[in-house]
Parts: sequence; C-alpha cells; structure tokens
Amino acid sequence: MALTTTDIKRIAHLARLEINEQEASATLTKLSGILGLIEQMQAVDTAGITPMSHSQDVVQRLREDVVTESNQREEFQKIAPVLGNGSAERAVDSGLYLVPKVIE
Amino acid sequence: MINSSLKQLSQMLAKKEVSSVEMTQAFLNRIRQFNPTINAYITLDESRTLTQAKAADIRIEAGNAGPLTGIPIAQKDIFCAKSWRTTCGSKMLESFIAPYDAHVISQFDAAGAVNLGKTNMDEFAMGSSNETSYYGGVKNPWDFDRVPGGSSGGSAAAVAARLCAAATGTDTGGSIRQPASLCGFTGLKPTYGLVSRYGMIAFASSLDQAGPMAKSAEDCAMMLNVMAGFDERDSTSLNRPKEDYTRGLANMSDTQPLKGLRIGLPKEYFSEGLEANVGAVVQAAILEYKKLGAETVEISLPNTKLSIPVYYVLAPAEASSNLSRYDGVRYGHRAAEYTDLMDMYCKSRAEGFGAEVKRRILIGTYVLSAGYYDAYYLKAQQIRHLIADDFKQAFKKCDIIMGPTAPSTAFKAGEKADDPVAMYLQDVYTIATNLAGLPGMSIPAGFSNGLPVGLQLMGNYFDEARMLDVAHAYQQVTDWHTQMPDLKAPEGLE
Repeated sequence: MALTTTDIKRIAHLARLEINEQEASATLTKLSGILGLIEQMQAVDTAGITPMSHSQDVVQRLREDVVTESNQREEFQKIAPVLGNGSAERAVDSGLYLVPKVIE
Repeated sequence: MINSSLKQLSQMLAKKEVSSVEMTQAFLNRIRQFNPTINAYITLDESRTLTQAKAADIRIEAGNAGPLTGIPIAQKDIFCAKSWRTTCGSKMLESFIAPYDAHVISQFDAAGAVNLGKTNMDEFAMGSSNETSYYGGVKNPWDFDRVPGGSSGGSAAAVAARLCAAATGTDTGGSIRQPASLCGFTGLKPTYGLVSRYGMIAFASSLDQAGPMAKSAEDCAMMLNVMAGFDERDSTSLNRPKEDYTRGLANMSDTQPLKGLRIGLPKEYFSEGLEANVGAVVQAAILEYKKLGAETVEISLPNTKLSIPVYYVLAPAEASSNLSRYDGVRYGHRAAEYTDLMDMYCKSRAEGFGAEVKRRILIGTYVLSAGYYDAYYLKAQQIRHLIADDFKQAFKKCDIIMGPTAPSTAFKAGEKADDPVAMYLQDVYTIATNLAGLPGMSIPAGFSNGLPVGLQLMGNYFDEARMLDVAHAYQQVTDWHTQMPDLKAPEGLE
C-alpha cells in the first residue's frame, strides 16, 4: 500500500510535528523505503503465535500506596522553557506553567 | 597510564603512586588535546569533575575505597546527571540541566568514580553512526574520515582514543556492540532488566539496556559490578541476587580453560551481507577459541533477517509514545513564535527534533494508528516471539553463540547518512538479542585494512559472568584489546 504526501501530513499532525509541502515529499520517499523493509513481515505466517511485548515473563510489581516523591517544584521549574512570542522570561508563573490560552 | 586496565589504575591509586586528581588531569589533558577533533564529548565541566576526584582522594586516604573509586569514567549523554546538562544528542534538550541522577549515575557516584563528562551520541540514540547528533558527528579514532558507529559513538571514540578509563553506553538495537566493533574495544549489553533504566532517557523501553564500554572483559566486569542491580524505580528492573562478575576471571591458568564449552555458530550470520574480510577475522577468532578447548556446533537462527523489520516497527512505535513528552511545556525546546497551543506543540517539536528522530516518530505513529495496529505492531510482536524462540532452541545445543558484530568495518562519514535503510542494515546481527532480551557482547578480534573488527558473543539470559569469562580467556592469549590508535596531538597541545 503506497503512502501519499497527504498521508504524511496526516501522520505528522497526529505526531504533532509541523511539516511543509517540501518536507512532506522528501519524507515520503524515505518512509516508503522503510515501510518496504517492514513489509517483509507480511510473508510470515503468524497465526496462533502469542505476541511478545517483553522479554522476561514477569508481572508488574506493586508497591505500597505511600508518598515516595518530595516536592521539587522550584527545582523543576528552573528548567522551564523560555516563554517565547517576544518574552525572554521562563514560561512559569506562581508555580504554574504558562501555555497559550486553551479555554475560551 | 592511559592504556592501563581499570584494575591497574585501581592499584596505582591504592598504592598512592598517583592521586585521582592527577589521573583525572591526565585524561582531561588528553581530552583537551583530542576532543576538539574527535568530538567525543558534548559537555565537559572540569571543575565539577575535579571536585569528584578530590573527594575520591579523601576516600582513598580514609581507606574505604572501592575498585572504581577515583577512576575517571565517561557517561553517555543519555543518562541524567544532576546539575549536568543532559542533551541526549538533541536540540530539544540543548539547555536541559538534569534535576536528578539516573540510577547508573548514582551507582557510579556511590562507587566513588569520577564523571569525566557527557559523551556524544546519535539523537535520542537513533542511529548507527553518530551522524544524527545535533552536536556534530564523532570521528573514529582509527581513521578520522570514518564514523565510530552509534548510537554510543562518543563513548566509543572516548574509549578507543583513551579519552577516559572506561565509559557507559546504552544499547537498543546494537548501540554498544556495533560501535565497540567499529572502534575496537569491549562492550557488553546485559540481559534486559539487569541495569536500571531510571533516569536513562527513553527511546524504546522494552529494548533499551545500559552497559559498559571498556578496553577489556575484565574492565567490563568491574563496570557491570557497579551498574547492575535491582532498582524499584524501574518497573522492569529484575530483583535478583547481586553477582560478582569478576569472580571467574582469575581461573585461567589452564592451557585449555574453555574445555567443554560449546560455541554455536549461526549459519545466518555467516552468509550474504557479511563482508569477506570481516568474516575472515571472525573465523580466525573462532579458531583461537578452539585452541582454548572450545568446540563449535552449527546452529540456525532462521528468523534473523526478520529482526530488522520487526525492530523498525517496535522501536519507532515505542519511541513515538516516549517522545510525545517533548511538548515544549515544562522543559526542553519551545518555539520562539507560536499562535495557539497546537501550533506551539507542532513548531516546538518540528524545531527541536532532527530528521531521523522525526522519521521514527512518524513511522511509530503510523504503525500504531487506527487500522494498522494488527498488520504492523501485533505482527511484529508475534515475530518477536519467533525470534526469541530461535534462541531458546539454539541454546539447547550450545552454551554461547558467536558471530560477527557488524557486517563491515567502520564506514566513511556521509556514506549512508542519506539512506536510512542501508544504515538500518548495520544492526542485522545485533538487533535480535535486544528483541529477545538476551545479553550480547563485542570484543576486538583483529583488523582489516587497519580498521578494527569485533567478534560478537551472545549468551543465555543472565549469563553475563560466563560471557565475560569466555571473552577474558581470549584476551589472555591475544592482544587486540590492548591496541590503540596512534594519535598525534595538534601543534601547541602536545
């Protein structure tokens, strides 16, 4: 099944990656090559084979429901990105992170 | 000193022949001479490094030093190290100062090792040549026109050029072993779950595993003693009794120390795609193993070829999920100009990630998208099971598997940079062990046209100690692992 640049743009949107027309067409060539490689899998009969998601046959460990993390808000907010759109300040305010308005 | 083993360095420190500060300075001097050309390190912080060395000297003086106390180690820039810039080779994390230590880092700190700096790598560990790094390519110390391999290319070049005593790496599809082969040193990817992934920036979580990169098997064993161990902060860390990986290394006095060892040679690893010169070096190494008493048995890993397509479904799928955290909100790169939240996400990610990372995110997003999950992701997981079963069958006939690590010696920079599929084929012999979760190792086995060739050892689950013994036995009768490139210091920096 051949991909088109429209598919590339749709996938890029799902992945939240901005992509222009020129990049989409360059990406199409490369991705088609990689998907061609992946297609080799289709020749294998896998009926009845259990999918393997992990190499060790272990179950998820559980732990006591207790607080293990301390509050490191200040430490973490020191590395917040720069706000942008003309501001060189960090994108934090009163212990919160600043993003564009999402609720009208 | 720069070519000494970790054990020798440790003894020099214990006998006070040299202090950790002096030893660290010796490596820092070499880094000052050669790193501007080789580009093995992304971040250096001499004062922080020397503070650790001073602390190590105090500890040695106080008589409570461990085997690695005071020894300068290079850390792959995928490990978060508190207060160190940690970039993972990406523009996305160009100004990311890690607020905490990875488990591996805190283990080395507890051991008293000195952190020499953070080494270059393919962006988010996605690459086999170090050419996808935002911080520039790394030169192979044996030939500056060639790549060191990847993704742990900076650690590889640092070990090969003796810009550190040893280094850490991570291996998702071959990223410790392939560079070990291309740069001529010893690298070990342990069993999945042996070394904690806590604080190790995630690429493909079901495959990622950290391991040592060093001159010899003995050095790797000493490193693994520090790195391995249960950590409850990694949900896939395995709770097993602590082992001493150096325990078997001393028992090599016999002339046939490997008598009775059955070495499996997978026929698929010696067929088309393997460069003849590499094959010849590997065969010679296997002959050497026969002299040490081992016997060989032909085995088959019939699904070897499928490991690449399977990997290029599973690894990008996991990567596309893992890398969704880079959204420009709390840390990492945020675009300078944007309109709304969606625009901020899309621009920040488009600017912060390089071309190969974007390609893998797109593949991962595609194979996980509605309607394609069964055909790609589920199918790949099923074949992953077949690949793991191949090894299970093989280990009924043999104790250890050997073959080439990489199909060729180091290739020229730029040669495969524009052809992802050709680049992906570099990992044809290494990926299967990641998919199965098995330990794999590469040791220097000789040279072809002046370039190093690696021999790969693959063991059964948790068989690291035996693999290290088997590698060590070979290194007792050969000297490939002690050879280092003849580097000339640039003028004014001698």
